[in-house]
Amino acid sequence: MDTATPLAVMLETAVRQVGQIVLGKEREIRLALACVLARGHLLIEDLPGMGKTTLAHALAQTLGLQFHRIQFTADLLPADILGVSIFDRERSQFVFHPGPIFAHLVLADEVNRATPKAQSALLEAMEEHQVTTEGETRALPAPFFVIATQNPTHQVGTFPLPESQLDRFLMRIALGYPDAQAERMLLAGEDRREMIAHMKPLLDPASLIAAQHRASEVFVAEALLDYVQALIARSRSGGRFGPGLSPRAGLALVHASRAWAFLAGRSQVLPEDVQAVLPAVAGHRLRGPSGEADADALAQALMASVAIP
Amino acid sequence: MARHSSFPPLPAAHWLFAGIALVIAPHAAHLPVWLSALAFAMIAWRWTAASGRLPLPGKWILMLLLAGSAAGILLEYRTLFGRDAGVAMLTLMLALKLLEMRGYRDAMLTVFLGYFLVITNFFYAQEIPFAVYLFAVVLVLTAALVVLNHPASAGQWRRPLKFSAQLLLQAAPLMLLFFLLFPRTGGPLWGMPSDAFSAKTGLSENMSPGSISQLVQSDAIAFRAEFASVAPPPSRLYWRALVLENFDGRNWSRNRGGYAAETTIETTGTPVSYTLTVEPHDKPWVFALEVPDPLTVPQDTRLTRDLQLLANKPVQRLTRYTLTSYLDYRIGRDAGPGQLRNALFLPRNGNPQARELARRVRDEAGSDADVVARILALFREQDYAYTLTPPLLGQDGVDEFLFKTRKGFCEHYAGAFTFLMRAAGVPARIVTGYQGGEFNPVGSYFIVRQSDAHAWSEVWLQGRGWVRVDPTAAVSSTRIENGIASALPAGEPLPFLVRTDMEWLKHLRQGWDAVSTYWDLWVVGFDQEEQIGLFARLGFGIVSWRELVWGMAIGLGLLLAAIAAFVFRPGRRPAPDKVQALYLKFCAKLEKAGLARPPSEGPLDFAERVRWQRPELAAGTDAVVHLYIQLRYGARASSEIYGEFASLVRNFKP
Repeated sequence: MDTATPLAVMLETAVRQVGQIVLGKEREIRLALACVLARGHLLIEDLPGMGKTTLAHALAQTLGLQFHRIQFTADLLPADILGVSIFDRERSQFVFHPGPIFAHLVLADEVNRATPKAQSALLEAMEEHQVTTEGETRALPAPFFVIATQNPTHQVGTFPLPESQLDRFLMRIALGYPDAQAERMLLAGEDRREMIAHMKPLLDPASLIAAQHRASEVFVAEALLDYVQALIARSRSGGRFGPGLSPRAGLALVHASRAWAFLAGRSQVLPEDVQAVLPAVAGHRLRGPSGEADADALAQALMASVAIP
Repeated sequence: MARHSSFPPLPAAHWLFAGIALVIAPHAAHLPVWLSALAFAMIAWRWTAASGRLPLPGKWILMLLLAGSAAGILLEYRTLFGRDAGVAMLTLMLALKLLEMRGYRDAMLTVFLGYFLVITNFFYAQEIPFAVYLFAVVLVLTAALVVLNHPASAGQWRRPLKFSAQLLLQAAPLMLLFFLLFPRTGGPLWGMPSDAFSAKTGLSENMSPGSISQLVQSDAIAFRAEFASVAPPPSRLYWRALVLENFDGRNWSRNRGGYAAETTIETTGTPVSYTLTVEPHDKPWVFALEVPDPLTVPQDTRLTRDLQLLANKPVQRLTRYTLTSYLDYRIGRDAGPGQLRNALFLPRNGNPQARELARRVRDEAGSDADVVARILALFREQDYAYTLTPPLLGQDGVDEFLFKTRKGFCEHYAGAFTFLMRAAGVPARIVTGYQGGEFNPVGSYFIVRQSDAHAWSEVWLQGRGWVRVDPTAAVSSTRIENGIASALPAGEPLPFLVRTDMEWLKHLRQGWDAVSTYWDLWVVGFDQEEQIGLFARLGFGIVSWRELVWGMAIGLGLLLAAIAAFVFRPGRRPAPDKVQALYLKFCAKLEKAGLARPPSEGPLDFAERVRWQRPELAAGTDAVVHLYIQLRYGARASSEIYGEFASLVRNFKP
């Protein structure tokens, strides 16, 4: 639509490069990237073995980010995430050993298997972009991006994230099964782990921060805000969508739409951008009339019921 | 017949009735009390009716009210025409119109009647605060107009006011254009009806004890004087107005017969030039410093033989005169006995004691000048007092004043002195006018008020002609040197504005006076002459009203062109509603072609669908959608893009 910036071209290439690893999931890759650009965090909810870890790893490698993975288990303690101070005999003082959270991109695998205490340590770090242990505050590297994965909640022995915690994630997506053609390519192709190791980074932390900045400058017209407000108002009225979208959700919608438009190489946000990110941004924030319902269907119903002003 | 009214809706009613009440309020000052009370009662009735708590009156009650109050006006004014009766009638009609207001059309008519009534207020006053008040009234009335036509804006009070202020500001250039160019009639702009000049204060043609001291109670301004160079000291500022030669034993009055021969004027020294701005006083006299140069008498005025400067017609509007006067002069040295006979006349009887005194002084004195000196010494040495509140005098006023009360104001001293002179055989007459004035450093001019009114005498001496003698100066020299406020004993009532003890008040007053003088001169006083003068100075020569009307038309055209250029300037963002309306039109065209757009479908998705379903329309749709996105969602929408968009939509044929 508009003249694509070199940065946008680079990001487009990154989407394609990740797409060669995670086959047939271009839309989800784009959403994940948009989430990074909007300075949000991503929650992937799916069954084991769907490529969640692969996606996170490939994304980190392509964007040139330092990558850490934390496997959440029932006995995980906050110190295992944030780091501990250990007494150094030679220097006779406590030395801080940073935990795995000190990385650009952190994969919190199976976050619902840990206790709420460990979960909240992660979520606080996500929110504040800093870690406070033993009275000392340490800033996390920038950019900082968390991809948490969660198994569907009907498994035994899990602590599903409560709604208030879900709200901390800008988007929630599911990967789902690949289509037959993609699956065939996956089965026929070489080892994904091997491929990731040989991928070359297209960006670095500095240019990613620049891209985040550019994405936040995408123009949002009054007419578009009218549309966002109409969506929010619709979600709050009638009880069809539970209590409706919070102001934070509205803000998240605008930020994510900006990033989506930026990825599409446009300098202004269109209603289509809002619609593209709405299921991922609002899905985990909406409730059906009788509690849990299919998030995607709810988001589609919301979109269909609001005319673009 | 009575019925409840649901029109106008309440918010509009508040604006409208408040506006009407505000426009009628100043008229209450001169309307008969019963009429103002009736008008406000009708407004209150209508206001209450608007909220549904009272029914509106039926047709017969209205008829009765109309007939009754029209008769009342007829009785009160003896006519239904002219300024006062006309305004009364208009006020009444407006109030009655409120009571029969049932629809939108009536309300609009009422607002415009209100505007008209705003103008009638200027028949009675044109000061700055009043003009500001009337602007505020126009603001409220316009807000009523806004609310009547945009009921959506009725909820708050701020928005209609803001919108109304915007409208008035936009009208300001137009107002200025019409003010400058609208052809003026010869007379004063607001004084058209014949009864416009009543009750003006000022010097009168007669002087009797008490007439000037009453005038002095007023702080109204008589005139302002601006000197071209250095102003003379206050003690030399004798502003001469009238010469009173006829005396009937109590009243002094003007000699209407005139003089047989020309008065000779010999002048020495350098003349002073000054400009007078005379407030309207409905009398022909103009106030010149003694003695005006007969060769430079302004247009439309003449100098009489006893040296009064008279305008050809009464001064009915603020008028400027440029004058030259000589402060060192000798007048009427060669006056013959015929001319002096009048100045020696006394009634045969009355005031025997004063005549006796005059005879005694005459016998003792060696010459006329000695008589003058002895009488002045008498005033100075004996126990005479200067006061604004002298005791009332009876039949033999001069006797009573000289020998009993011994308290008086300038007219008492001038009157008694002149009487004594005539009784002693010295030709004498009274001159009235103003003495001194207050210097306004802000505009660097003198303000002369009614409180500066003064009376003095002139005696004719052999070889010297008419000589000014001010007996008041003999009694109270401070009156002449420092003004009236310092001459009077403490505790005497003085007009508020003449008081000198409040310094800040004085500065405020002087600043304000300077502003309002310019207002009077250039705004209220912008009449035919000023208008012609202005355009002559601008190099247009003498303009006729035809040329002014042409100028107005051309100016109006230019103004509208400038506004149009501003509204349609390149780069200006077009109104979003217009863009959306065109887009919806475009969607409607596609819908007829079988491509309905669900309301929740975005423009890009729609274009994409068109491409799949009707590939032959894709190019046209893409072009329209491309521009639509820029106009509606882009950061750099402009009128050029809009024009292209509009023509694409218009020419789009699926």
